[in-house]
Amino acid sequence: MNNFVEINFTINGAKMTKEIKPSLLLVDFIRDVLKLKGTKSGCMEGECGACTVIVDETAINSCMYLAININGKTVRTIEGLGTDEKPLDIVQEKMIEHGAVQCGFCTSGVVLTTKVFSEKCKSEGKVPTRDEVKKSLEGHLCRCTGYVKIIDAAHAVYEK
Amino acid sequence: MAKQYKIIGKSTPKIDAKERATGKAVYGHDIEMQGMLHGMILRTKYPCATIISIDTSAAKELDGVMCVITADDVDVNQIGYKRDHPILKSNTVNCNRDEIAAVAATTKEIAKKALSLIKVEYKVKQGVYDPFEALKEESPKINIFCQEKFGNKNIGESFHYEHGNLDEQKKRSKVIISKRYETSRVTHCCMATSNITASYSKLDGSLTLWASTQVPFLYQRDMAHALKMEPSKIRVIQPTIGGGFGSKLDMLPFEPICALLSIKTGKPVQILYDREEEFVASPTRQPMIIDLTTGADEKGKFTFREVKITMDNGAYTSWGSTTPFVMMQTYSSLYQVPACSFDAEAIYTNNPFAGSFRGYGNPQATFSVETNIDLMAKELGMAKDEIRLLNANYKGEITGQGLNFRTCGAIPALEKVLEESKYKTRKREQQNSRYKKGIGLASMLHVGGGAKIYRSDGCGTRLKFDHYGFLTITTGSNEIGQGSETILAMIAAEELGVPMEKIKVINTDTDIKPWDVGVHASRTTFVAGNSLLGAIRLIKEKLNKQAAKLLCIESVDFDYQNATMVCGDKEIKIDKVVREMHFGLPNELCEVEYFYEPPSSFQDKEFKGDVSGNYAFASQAIEVEVDTLTGKVKVLNVYVSQDVGRVLNPMSLQGQIEGGLATGIGFALTEEMIYTNGVLVNPSFHGYKLLTSMDMPNVHFYPIETHDEAGPYGSKGAGEAPLIPTAAAIANAVADAIGIEIYSLPLTAEKVLKAIKRNEINSHGI
Repeated sequence: MNNFVEINFTINGAKMTKEIKPSLLLVDFIRDVLKLKGTKSGCMEGECGACTVIVDETAINSCMYLAININGKTVRTIEGLGTDEKPLDIVQEKMIEHGAVQCGFCTSGVVLTTKVFSEKCKSEGKVPTRDEVKKSLEGHLCRCTGYVKIIDAAHAVYEK
Repeated sequence: MAKQYKIIGKSTPKIDAKERATGKAVYGHDIEMQGMLHGMILRTKYPCATIISIDTSAAKELDGVMCVITADDVDVNQIGYKRDHPILKSNTVNCNRDEIAAVAATTKEIAKKALSLIKVEYKVKQGVYDPFEALKEESPKINIFCQEKFGNKNIGESFHYEHGNLDEQKKRSKVIISKRYETSRVTHCCMATSNITASYSKLDGSLTLWASTQVPFLYQRDMAHALKMEPSKIRVIQPTIGGGFGSKLDMLPFEPICALLSIKTGKPVQILYDREEEFVASPTRQPMIIDLTTGADEKGKFTFREVKITMDNGAYTSWGSTTPFVMMQTYSSLYQVPACSFDAEAIYTNNPFAGSFRGYGNPQATFSVETNIDLMAKELGMAKDEIRLLNANYKGEITGQGLNFRTCGAIPALEKVLEESKYKTRKREQQNSRYKKGIGLASMLHVGGGAKIYRSDGCGTRLKFDHYGFLTITTGSNEIGQGSETILAMIAAEELGVPMEKIKVINTDTDIKPWDVGVHASRTTFVAGNSLLGAIRLIKEKLNKQAAKLLCIESVDFDYQNATMVCGDKEIKIDKVVREMHFGLPNELCEVEYFYEPPSSFQDKEFKGDVSGNYAFASQAIEVEVDTLTGKVKVLNVYVSQDVGRVLNPMSLQGQIEGGLATGIGFALTEEMIYTNGVLVNPSFHGYKLLTSMDMPNVHFYPIETHDEAGPYGSKGAGEAPLIPTAAAIANAVADAIGIEIYSLPLTAEKVLKAIKRNEINSHGI
């Protein structure tokens, strides 16, 4: 009985091939198989956004997404954001600088959503308004900050 | 003018923020150990039933199952604040959280499958879900483990407080108002669900727990009691904690259960709640029914308060039952009240038990007091701001309860929000449109310098300088995301002139750190900060003596800056002094320890006494808009002014304010655990509505600095205060907008719309 399927994907810049069960959720694949523990599981029903990762150019809730669907795609998790030369991405820098991190459990997801949103804005050549930034974050629940500092930080990404 | 500092008072990012923002911080969920098993708990199917039989044989036979336990397999003590709570239930179940059996298996899937194979036969009983029903003579005794007697079999805890002459003050009163207030059951919603990893060593009988507790030393003691173990054999290590808010004060059954599974198997075992289990089986705020009667004389001066609080204790007694300690302060001392009588009872029901939650009863008390004041003003024909200013407390007052307000920002805070919100001069909107705006006021009083409810409210600190000039602070206090590590590093950097990057804070291990009560009562900065300052004084004495010797000078008066000690034109690097101390004769360590005990006093049997090192005051003015077609309340602007003594880290303070407000607004408007006969019907974020980024109002924050000499640099505890007056101010704002008072929380769209419709029918006589 071999009900495993092979998937090929790129994660945080590295090409990989894995055999997985078709029913495996992406969040479990990332945390339990790939051992990338920076992706958090908060509700397993797509409400809290803690498990957000980037698949190709879209931020998705990895608890609502089957791992087989990353076949042929590129995945970025929080671990893939910095580089050797610059360990912190600008989004992370702004989150830290603006006090957007308290307990930090929602932070990975918030950072990745903001990353994708800022890339999208950049490619469209626009600077979002504060309200647009606020709206971009509505899929994330945070119990510590009251969101204000998160919005401040996400908005500051566009500062010159 | 208070002294200016280099670091204190400046916005400083959290020292642990990088780890958390890069996904490197290790939360309880991220722990993996060699051979680790996964534990899961079978909870009752019915909130109230007799257990006829439990059959675990099929579960035990399943491949991969290493251990199945029920009450019959363990020799343990009962837990909880009143020790009225069996860890595993054997004969009866009393609420829908009740734990019947637990399994440890090699994978989560197998553990889950094993739970489904356990057969439990129940005889379902009619439960009691209303505290007033539970008080009736014919009601069954709900908690058969409760040893204490309070005159009624279903009372778990009871409080009485009074000061002044109530009858006399009633006679003096021109207006007397009686109202019943009701608050709902809400829960913490920590983003990281409850978790524990336990590892027992059969070699030496030691138990190591990676536990998300806020009170590791009390937890160690409670765990030892539960498991009948030597406390010192238990080592509690706190992983990164993904939210606390008071939820981690009580030790809950899943924690000793996890330990038991590890003890039985000799392997590490981990239990992680999923979100549904978190809603079902983690603590809640205590729902309350508050009957409040208040009086005022013809000038609007308050005369008395008489309050009777009925708390739904649920099936077992938690720390939540002691919230009246805090609530009585609000009735007795938030305003000047010549006479006060306070009674509170925690009533056993077959609902889930509560726990402690940021604010500790105070949001409920403040909701009743502050909405009642608006009614009083209306009755007296006074302005709502004037009646508050007239009765507000002030510096130098020792209240009827014995709280000594050596500093008091009550009036300045109120005046500040009145001014900033343009309360007096703002134009009232035309109120005939669909959207009606209103503004509401509320103030609060909370402990600001710890709360002496144990024999000690102290905290220990050890300091160590190494050969390279790095400072290690080992503190009893805990980090739960609130930023306490950062404040401590800031204090040390300020005092010792050591850069923040050279300061390490060690605070997660009971085997290493000195004693402390834990994170609660907004006490950490106050108590741990003072403790650190004491230790700094001692280490400076050591360093000064050594440096003077090395520099061959008489004076031991040094300035600490840029990792250097300076005296006149002489200077020496701290690391050099440390090396000389270690290597020179007589050899000596550059280490000190200090224990700080606040100057507060233990309250007497009548709950009188100066229980905290200082007191925090705050006022909020909140502007809302009510959609009269749908009943939806939108919070537009929140003006917050809070007496924080002194601002230490403006950014992290602001973060506490905004975060507290979000929880307060949720408590006021959207959050509610809905039960049908003891069963939670909305155990998910779909059904339990937290605020999102889109719901946050504009927050205008104005700290009041009263420079209280008891606090580090004059500061006061600030963490709980921001959510305490919020629901009250919102309820007052809604009443201001639509002209209808609503006396129960939350003010959901449905409830507000019903009130509007009922009012229309009444006023039109249809």
